[in-house]
Amino acid sequence: MTLSDQLPILAVVVPLLASPLCVLIGNRHAAWLIALLAAVGAFAASAGLLLAQLQGAGPVSYALGDWAPPIGIEFRVDHLSALVLLIVSAMAVWVLAYARRSVEAEVAQDKQTGLYAALLLVHAGLAGIVLTGDAFNAFVFLEISSLASYALISMGRDRRALTAAFQYLVMGTLGATFILIGIGFLYMMTGTLNMADLAERLPALSDTRTIQAGFAFISVGIALKLAMFPLHLWLPNAYTYAPSVVSAFLAATATKVAVYLMLRFVFSVFGHDFAIAHMHLDYLLLPLAAIAVLLLSLVAIFQYDLKRMLAYSSVAQVGYMLMGLAIATPLGVTASIVHLFNHALMKGALFLALGAVMWRVGSTHIGQLSGIGQRMPWTMGAFLLGGLSLIGVPLTAGFISKWYLVSAAIAQGWWWLILVIVISSLLAVIYIWRVVETAWFTPSPNGTAGRAEAPLSLLLPTWTLALANLYFGIDTSLSVGMAEAAVGGLFGGAP
Amino acid sequence: MSQPDLLALALLLPFAGALLIALLGRQPRLRDALVLIVPLALLATVVQLLPAVLGGAQPSLTLLQVMPGLTLSFSIEPLGMLFAAVAALLWPAASLYSIGYLKANREKHQTRFHACFAISIGGAVGVAFAANLLTLFISYEVLTLATYPLVAHKADTKALRGARIYLGVLLSTSIGLLLPAILWTWAAAGTLDFRPGGILAGTLDNGLLGILLFLYAYGIGKAALMPLHRWLPAAMVAPTPVSALLHAVAVVKAGVFSLLKVLVYVFGIDLLRELPASTWLFALAAASILIASTIALRQDNLKRRLAYSTVSQLSYVLLGAMILAPLSLLGAALHIAAHAFGKITLFFAAGAIYTAAHKTEVSQLGGIGYRMPWTMTAFSIGALSMIGLPPLAGFLSKWYLLGGAWQSEHYAAMLVITISTLLNAAYFVPIIHAAWFKPADAHSDHGEAPPSIVAALLFTALLTLLLCFSYEIPLQLAQAIPGGSP
Amino acid sequence: MELPGLFNYWVVVVLMMAGFYVVIEQGNLVKKLIGLGLFQASVFIFYISIGKVADGAPPILGDAAELYSNPLPHVLILTAIVVGVATTAVGLSLIVRIHEQYGSVEEDDIHRADVQADEDEA
Repeated sequence: MTLSDQLPILAVVVPLLASPLCVLIGNRHAAWLIALLAAVGAFAASAGLLLAQLQGAGPVSYALGDWAPPIGIEFRVDHLSALVLLIVSAMAVWVLAYARRSVEAEVAQDKQTGLYAALLLVHAGLAGIVLTGDAFNAFVFLEISSLASYALISMGRDRRALTAAFQYLVMGTLGATFILIGIGFLYMMTGTLNMADLAERLPALSDTRTIQAGFAFISVGIALKLAMFPLHLWLPNAYTYAPSVVSAFLAATATKVAVYLMLRFVFSVFGHDFAIAHMHLDYLLLPLAAIAVLLLSLVAIFQYDLKRMLAYSSVAQVGYMLMGLAIATPLGVTASIVHLFNHALMKGALFLALGAVMWRVGSTHIGQLSGIGQRMPWTMGAFLLGGLSLIGVPLTAGFISKWYLVSAAIAQGWWWLILVIVISSLLAVIYIWRVVETAWFTPSPNGTAGRAEAPLSLLLPTWTLALANLYFGIDTSLSVGMAEAAVGGLFGGAP
Repeated sequence: MSQPDLLALALLLPFAGALLIALLGRQPRLRDALVLIVPLALLATVVQLLPAVLGGAQPSLTLLQVMPGLTLSFSIEPLGMLFAAVAALLWPAASLYSIGYLKANREKHQTRFHACFAISIGGAVGVAFAANLLTLFISYEVLTLATYPLVAHKADTKALRGARIYLGVLLSTSIGLLLPAILWTWAAAGTLDFRPGGILAGTLDNGLLGILLFLYAYGIGKAALMPLHRWLPAAMVAPTPVSALLHAVAVVKAGVFSLLKVLVYVFGIDLLRELPASTWLFALAAASILIASTIALRQDNLKRRLAYSTVSQLSYVLLGAMILAPLSLLGAALHIAAHAFGKITLFFAAGAIYTAAHKTEVSQLGGIGYRMPWTMTAFSIGALSMIGLPPLAGFLSKWYLLGGAWQSEHYAAMLVITISTLLNAAYFVPIIHAAWFKPADAHSDHGEAPPSIVAALLFTALLTLLLCFSYEIPLQLAQAIPGGSP
Repeated sequence: MELPGLFNYWVVVVLMMAGFYVVIEQGNLVKKLIGLGLFQASVFIFYISIGKVADGAPPILGDAAELYSNPLPHVLILTAIVVGVATTAVGLSLIVRIHEQYGSVEEDDIHRADVQADEDEA
């Protein structure tokens, strides 16, 4: 029994155990350090798992407590889970490296140990969702991460963070309970909770009303969690009023993991034949995704608070991922997975840059940011890079996602979808360019001109993430390679 | 140095130069020296590449694979060499001019200006040397984005509004029309490489190919085909060196060059002959020429008149290609060079007039030839070249355009070219006439423009003259384009 | 479709819809939370009720029996109940903080206070 065998569980257990330590130690600086070290440990574990997948190890199964599946809970690592786990743990490390000064400025001192503890819990929960091969276990980890995120969001400075967290709590619990109901229906008919086992037993039962209802409940529940239009109402407030670090982390990970869960249930558990060909989930998802992409990009243009603008933009981007999923061909799902990866990079960089602005200026309201490009050139440079990636300028990661998405649409011959993607990209140009104009082409208010950049501890993580956008726009072997391998698994059969 | 290394150097120089310029922002003298040295280095590199390409070689360089089956690769073919040579020749002149112009007008943000200028040229070189549609698209977008800060330079309300229109039209066309066209080509042909004879033969039926053709024609917004030409006049809010760059060297030429590349190497002249849509495109180009010239007649603002003249001249290139005769394709390629030299001279002159006399309208230019003799001589040379009089560059390209039209008995084309030549005369000759033969107006106590501006002016005017006399190299390059030899 | 045989499902449906309605309709945050709890309770009852095997003995080892009811749903629901308790706890602590900041736990009052604050800022 070597360390590498234990990697799947370590990725979850390390942050989980470190979390109460943060609170028990009592010192907020020590808490930060513990959190960072735990995140690094988890990242190392996830990197190890990714490497194993890259080397063609095939799906890895880890039985918790040595109880054999399908009765025991198992963790399954395949290409898709390894990729999403990488995103989650990498973002945790980046955000925590960034966190110290940002949290110091935005969160009350007595709450900071709690923040780090909750952040680690969210991390552990998300990692658990990604790795688990058991449906109920997924629900449990989902709730762990959700509860911790409600607490995280409430720590924002503005009192509206509290109501935002409460609204998210109500909607999130409804969604999770829907998932629970769905899992209950599946369990009732098949007698198993293991995803691989479910995948084998469900085809025979696909005509029963119970299974169909279960599918509906699970889909709606996950849709609520991934902020699919029109179930996205919790997201703008939650991302706007949360502390910058929390917005960055959640924007880059939470909805992605929910998309992962949707992919897992739709393709691995229920299978393409049932979910798409029989139940026509695509008929529901595709129009809603198209509307989301257009409507929410439009709404983003009229927002004065940049964090709120990015929040609406996030919902629109999730729409792209759902579009790829709904196209439901290997190319479409590849596009969805590639965008899942790239969007984490984009939004991570954008929110971290805004966090630096918040640190220096105290606000992310566009009215207060005239000329900030001269005062904080590096920060806004990173913002620009993330923004260009969001628009889909070639040589950035966003371009790759758009390329695959449009290719998938062309392959189906759906010209209207191409039109939707194109128009929404142009809408993204408008809201990003508003920021560019204000930052560089309007003069600073009197008395504030002169350099006042953010400190290095904030700039370094932001810039490395921004540069990652550039890197993965040029060398797509990791993102596209893993996505294509994942699609092979999703369409080929059981996880 | 081997050919691929020279190619890599040509691509690297503008971007490395931009970085160095940005870093040397606090030392204006060093920075300005660099602003002159880097273009000269690029010129030297491009000149060294010339002999091999003239001899038929096609140096190429593949940088990396971006997505499965799609690489970022460069390769030099005759048309690209022509464009790159034009850009490399004119960049030093534009740099010299812009240093003088920015100083004389006391513009701010000079470092940003020069750095973005360099990146734009890098984008243009990327477009010139692109070996496939993906690389072309990437360089094309780099060009759009790098020129935005140049257009918005003055940062007042007018400049921002103009810059918004500029970016809006160019990005809408490239993301909305060009990218789907490229993806469609990828889906249909399985490759995005530029190949002699094209890659689309036998892939889609003629109706669909016609739609694809129009997607490209309007998707390449930098070619300013009407009615998607609005960005050009809007971009006149930029400082004149930028207008000169946009109208002669980088942006418009990149547009019209990309369109030619697509017509010759993606569709292929033979395939175009079979498409009914080709006739429609011809008609649109013809309409664009005539309408733009007519609008130019009514503009009093000198830069706007020149802008509409450019829209008209760009469509000459498209017209030449769509006549689909070898000689006219030759003329189209030569017109890229001829128009570049002539227009840059005209814009330089307009900027010199603004700098020295603070005049922007044609009606104010009475008698200015005597106060600014060098400037107006150069202007006259540029204008006469646009009209197409020998012994100037414009004559050479019109000769071949008409020759091709005559050979293929394309009387419509000949008519269009003739009428537009008359229109060109109608809007240029009055300016020349006013400059030399009208009395000076009251506020004329100014002198010539600063020396660096005048030097650049004269250089480009000289090129305009020279092209007609020593035309062998451009002609040889143009003849090597597939479909371009008699 | 006999009513008596599906009695447990009817109970679940009624509770679920009642809870859902309370969550949506109520403006008072505490009552919303109660509705949420009701909603979750219905799911618990659902799971447990499907675990019952006809003529099965309670799943306790030791008593000799041939047929046991399914113990797995019980385990699952214990977990879900813990989740529910945690949710309620987080929700209630949020409500306490909201009350400190706004002076009220009625949604309408909070919304009005926010709109007022926005107008004052502008």
